[in-house]
Amino acid sequence: MVKDVVCGMEVNSPSPWQSIYQGKTFEFCSENCKTKFDENPEKYVARHQDSPATYQITTNGIEKIQLPIVDMHCASCATTIEKELRKLPGIKKAVVNGATENAYVEYERSEVSVSKIIDSIKKSGYRTGYAKLRLHISGMHCNSCVSQIEEELEGTSGILSASIDLGTEAALVKYIPSKVDYPALKNIIERMGYQVSEISREKDDASKAPTNTVQVATERDNSEPIDENEQARNREYKSLMWKFIFSAVISIPVMIFSYPDFLGLPEQFQRGTDLLYWIWFSMGVITLPVMFWAGSHFYTGAWAAFKNRSANMHTLIAVGITAAWLYSTIAVLFPEIFPTESLAEVFYDVTAVVVALVDLGLALEIKAKGRSSEAIKKLMGLQAKTARVVRNGKEIDIPVEEVVLDDIIVVRPGEKIPVDGEIVEGSSAIDESMITGESIPVEKYAGDEVIGATINKTGSFKFKATKIGKDTALSQIVQMVEEAQSSKPPIQRVVDKVSGYFVPAVIILAIASFVVWYLIGPAPALIYALVVAVTVLIIACPCALGLATPISLMVGVGKGAENGILIRSGEALETAQKLDAIVLDKTGTITEGKPSLTDIITVNDFTEDQVLSWSASVERASEHPLGEAIIRGAEDRSITLSDPKNFNAIPGHGVEAEVDGHKVLLGNIKMMYENQIDTGSLQDESATLADDGKTPMFVAVDGKSAGIVAVADTVKADSKEAIAQLKKMGLEVVMITGDNQRTANAIAKQVGVDRVMAEVLPEDKALNVQKLQNEGKRVAMVGDGINDAPALAQADIGLAIGTGTDVAIEASDITLIKGSLKGVVLAIQLSKATMRNIKQNLFGAFAYNTAGLPVAAGLLYPFFGILLSPLIAAAAMAFSSVTVVTNANRLRKFQPKFSKANK
Amino acid sequence: MTLDEIFVLIGGILLIALVVWYFWFSSSEGTRVQSGTGGLQEALIKVKGGYSPNIIVVEAGKPVRLNFLREETAACSEQVIFPDFGKQATLTPHKTIPVEFTPDAPGEYEFQCAMGMLQGKLIVE
Repeated sequence: MVKDVVCGMEVNSPSPWQSIYQGKTFEFCSENCKTKFDENPEKYVARHQDSPATYQITTNGIEKIQLPIVDMHCASCATTIEKELRKLPGIKKAVVNGATENAYVEYERSEVSVSKIIDSIKKSGYRTGYAKLRLHISGMHCNSCVSQIEEELEGTSGILSASIDLGTEAALVKYIPSKVDYPALKNIIERMGYQVSEISREKDDASKAPTNTVQVATERDNSEPIDENEQARNREYKSLMWKFIFSAVISIPVMIFSYPDFLGLPEQFQRGTDLLYWIWFSMGVITLPVMFWAGSHFYTGAWAAFKNRSANMHTLIAVGITAAWLYSTIAVLFPEIFPTESLAEVFYDVTAVVVALVDLGLALEIKAKGRSSEAIKKLMGLQAKTARVVRNGKEIDIPVEEVVLDDIIVVRPGEKIPVDGEIVEGSSAIDESMITGESIPVEKYAGDEVIGATINKTGSFKFKATKIGKDTALSQIVQMVEEAQSSKPPIQRVVDKVSGYFVPAVIILAIASFVVWYLIGPAPALIYALVVAVTVLIIACPCALGLATPISLMVGVGKGAENGILIRSGEALETAQKLDAIVLDKTGTITEGKPSLTDIITVNDFTEDQVLSWSASVERASEHPLGEAIIRGAEDRSITLSDPKNFNAIPGHGVEAEVDGHKVLLGNIKMMYENQIDTGSLQDESATLADDGKTPMFVAVDGKSAGIVAVADTVKADSKEAIAQLKKMGLEVVMITGDNQRTANAIAKQVGVDRVMAEVLPEDKALNVQKLQNEGKRVAMVGDGINDAPALAQADIGLAIGTGTDVAIEASDITLIKGSLKGVVLAIQLSKATMRNIKQNLFGAFAYNTAGLPVAAGLLYPFFGILLSPLIAAAAMAFSSVTVVTNANRLRKFQPKFSKANK
Repeated sequence: MTLDEIFVLIGGILLIALVVWYFWFSSSEGTRVQSGTGGLQEALIKVKGGYSPNIIVVEAGKPVRLNFLREETAACSEQVIFPDFGKQATLTPHKTIPVEFTPDAPGEYEFQCAMGMLQGKLIVE
């Protein structure tokens, strides 16, 4: 059973009435429904997807509202609420969306009120969300004014409750943002003769509610935690820097007095003196705050990990510095327990210096990491704060959260477009670079799609909101980028396996080196054993290892988003850089996807303008896409068109009509034969045009041959260049199309594709991709994401060329927001650069650890007498992870080689 | 071999054995999450140098909400990542940040901080 999207009836599948729209088959209960659907499929498809309700009162008294629901946890809650709502009289439709936590209700105003709907939701066990607004009302003098205002407000649709305190002149209004807004409230109160100023607006959502009383009208819930995280990061950076300074200051004297003989200090500071004894004693005391304040995070981190039966960098540092401190303190307090005096050595310098250096390293890492996540922060910051909407014939500024679907929004030059929508009036050039990466502003006219967060450059226009909140292109991009950044490329799985064993292995190595040095090391064996063990603990850097992949991935994916390339996962990134072949869909990928006028050929002394004017005028009566192309071609040349008379379309032949008193025929050679028109040399011209993949149409005027107009799906301006670049990268480029072999070859020749798969039915595209894969190749498929979905899914990597605001294309691994093939080149280059960066990082981190650990363990000592000082180890460790982050940040400078070659 | 050398050798071997056992062969019990109203499985996870509890057992097919409360400012734990579910959250210190998803297939799924230093496991049954 399938659902008829027009009338909602269940229909037995397959139904005799079917229609295909956007690659999907829709089935209907009757011819009538099918006709309705064919007339305006968009209307039903949108409705079919349960598009959110609108701020609309329809003529038949049906009102729609959108109510946010609080505390909704699951899909089953949605059905509970829906059931409860449907029990009410006058409810036309009740849909609860679990994902957006919104209830969309259509109801008869005369039969049921908003408050009843809210009550019913409460009855089902949930609360509706509402916004709270605190208003300051001045000019109230008596209790009757208070009740008057309260009554007036509560009588307004969309206001849930209003309570006014005369003493403080404050009103607390609970309202549904999609039904009323601040200006409307203000208006009501001012109409009654009082003045209003806003105190604060808060959302009724305990976890998010800002409790301060500052003006928060334009504040976004989402931006709030970002700033807080930023602050937290800054605080942490500062605190680490202070800890570093503190321990560095202490380290200096501690280091000096740890090596009295080495530094050649005066007699009275030498070993065995009382003074040095007391200095050492105080050193032990002042390194305590270094350990337990400046190094406190090592202990808390180590302990928490220990409880979870795991170990991390903190464990290593904590054990290392504690061992050094304990040994030194025993040496100071109980030197007599050591068999020889030389063993009573102090290592307080190790404790202080290690803490100082590692703190510094962590602080620098925080700074560097802040830069790595810049891309996503930039994206989130793009969101407009306010929108100027037309409500009740007036333009008012409202917070962008209060925009509802179908709102008409006014945008002036230089302003940011608040949400996604469609222009209904006016035109402008719009800078979409922040979303698509395309630097040249795009001209947009009525009917064109606009993307939220882009900037209007020149003209003013009005547009209708079609996507708001979480559905906007920007929100989806942010979500996709976050998802990709949290995914793992396959290369990371190896690292994960290693890092699980890494820290305990280091501890074991430290113990083993201690034992070996104690047993076979030179005298004083105990000292050497201790130093070596501590050095091993300190030099190991699990951080660099763990950080290597995620940090590069974060920068790489972010960089892609900046250029209009949305990489869906780390896996996509890793596959995209080791491809063998790339399949390009012809229509809409290599070409524009819509025909346009390419050639005009004239004979018998007719001018090009005449021929074009007549043929375009005839086509005004037809609705054929080829006809549209001719009309557009004429309009581009500013040719005035006339209205055709006696229009007649002859299927399989062409069209005829009278234009300005002339009888004009426009069609194929068959039409010319039948009307006994001598086409002469035009036939050869026609064949040449057809060989080029164009569609030629003969024009005859008053029984005389006038010429040919040819239209073709034109190749995108930069397709040829992009394909050349792809070939240069060593990829086999294949074109796939449903067109006949001749047309396909013509296009292929034009853009430089060697291998063509022509006459492929849409449903066989996936099969053809598979054929290539069977040749042992890793194949990428580039398509529009709608008709090509199965082929995109079949390919090792599916790249969808997005159109406008539809960015979350399911079947694709990489979405290119900008419709250019150059994006494909860029995506592959970026993937390569990112993977190279990841490999550098991993190599660096592995090499550092595999080289550093044996050296620290003293492997070189027997051969070269080289032994690492724990202080050097601490410096190396602290800066190894900073190096990894810095290397990843180099990716931020990634420039597509392509554009360079162009400039 | 002197007495102290024998002592160090045996001590060292014992210590290594202890490390191996503690980190690799002993396992801690997971915390089973009870499902509340409407089947939502909700748990509070404190983040301080690690995740506690770090093993969480949930049922498949029911929505899960894990509330992370980060009780430290150390930058390491700033993010929590569920690579298998494509979820990540930036944990604001001293605030409860929920991570929500529905695990469909039973299995063991790791979650971790950005650099994999802190690790936890979600067992879906």
